[in-house]
Amino acid sequence: MADQPADDLKTVVLNDKHVALGGRMVPFSGYSLPVQYPAGIIAEHKWTREHAGLFDVSHMGPSFLVLDDKSGDGEADHAAVAEVVEPLICGDIKGLKPGQIRYTLLLNDQGGTHDDLMIARPASEGWGGALYIVVNAGTKEADFQRIATAALGRATLNRSDHCALLALQGPEAAAVIDAIVPAAVELGFMHYASFDWRDTKLVISRSGYTGEDGFEILVDPEHAAAFWDTLLADNRVKPIGLGARDSLRLEAGLPLYGHDLDETISPVEAGLNFAISKRRREAADFPGAQRILAELGGVLERVRIGLTVEGAPAREGAAILDQYGAEIGVVTSGGFAPTLSRAIAIGFVPPDHAAPGTRLQVLVRGKTQAAEAVATPFVPHRYVRKASK
Amino acid sequence: MTKFTKDHEYITADGTVGITPYAQEQLGDIVYVELPKVGQKLKAGDEAAVVESVKAASEIYSPVSGTVTAVNDALSGEPGLINTSPETDGWIFKLDLDDAGELDGLMDAAAYAELTK
Repeated sequence: MADQPADDLKTVVLNDKHVALGGRMVPFSGYSLPVQYPAGIIAEHKWTREHAGLFDVSHMGPSFLVLDDKSGDGEADHAAVAEVVEPLICGDIKGLKPGQIRYTLLLNDQGGTHDDLMIARPASEGWGGALYIVVNAGTKEADFQRIATAALGRATLNRSDHCALLALQGPEAAAVIDAIVPAAVELGFMHYASFDWRDTKLVISRSGYTGEDGFEILVDPEHAAAFWDTLLADNRVKPIGLGARDSLRLEAGLPLYGHDLDETISPVEAGLNFAISKRRREAADFPGAQRILAELGGVLERVRIGLTVEGAPAREGAAILDQYGAEIGVVTSGGFAPTLSRAIAIGFVPPDHAAPGTRLQVLVRGKTQAAEAVATPFVPHRYVRKASK
Repeated sequence: MTKFTKDHEYITADGTVGITPYAQEQLGDIVYVELPKVGQKLKAGDEAAVVESVKAASEIYSPVSGTVTAVNDALSGEPGLINTSPETDGWIFKLDLDDAGELDGLMDAAAYAELTK
């Protein structure tokens, strides 16, 4: 029940806000963060699906990669900074339009995944030659070092993880933002720009990891508390902890690094083919291309699936069995889906057991339970592809 | 007189077992309960039931030795009863005690309150 985190845990800028709101602070990726507030995970989850949930994701790794010597030609500078990161990932960064965000993967030479991340091209020409990069909390030190090393002598990686990174997610998120930073609701899904707010600038993207429409906002530490308070002053907004963040992303069928993605899992196995850009496939110029292109050609041992589970939740590590009882795979994320009022899971099985409708079983506490392979997302995404103001 | 374990189970004078208000608060929203079987014989400390919150599964241990005489089937449809009324509608199972003397080894309300202070 201690309000003070253990010595070895880092705190986020808004730590005092979370404690004051009754957040139950737990260790997560080296930070002390609220797993839930007094409302509880299910209420917080449902609030986000129906209204607007405010998440503090400042433990993540926002950063800016900036070209050391800009030519002043926006297109040429963008191409130059894209060339710095593209050898590490499988996405087409060169082809990003101003303001566009791309979900991509940092890969190892065996085609496994160091991390999944967002890379974005600034909307403003004045920021040509820079990229906005957001990586996961648990991997950020290694990711930043990897990117900075690759950029040595050409570009510099500036970390922004001393700032607050907030996510506002849910069907009422746009209306809330419209009242505070009206210009930001013009952003389409997976686009970002910077906006004036009071005497600072907010970096706002239309993105998130809940399956809902929403925004992610980077705010400097001096203005973080005021911006947090401004959002929470709107009665459509409630603070949401990490517990509901996990159940929301699970329902949305989105993989979580360290669970559904790791150094051994390739983007093809994880069902992330959309993140392997066409240009990069044709050039075969990304780490692990040999394996990944073979997998795209059909040589695949396991694939990520969604499962509905009868009875008790099947948690990470639970064995997946075929309908005759042979062990064929493993659950990598699993739990209770508040929107569906049932247990769901993500796991890996051989491709011949992956078709939606395939009858499977899971092993929970030594007992088998019926399960079925299903298409994901479990709960439909409600992203706003184009600005709808 | 109701008695308490260090694992936050309670057992009433008539042998009704559940988890304490403190325990349900710590676990958060309960989404699934695995009940013991009527007639099942349990030793003190045996795993008797499992309650699952959104985040994790927690074992419920039998506070004393005995035979299960009833289980709360209402929890199968409404596991959240453990959150809303852990000491009444959210009871988990009832025991016919082998030896009422085992209750002496458990905490009384004052000692339990001290533990969870």
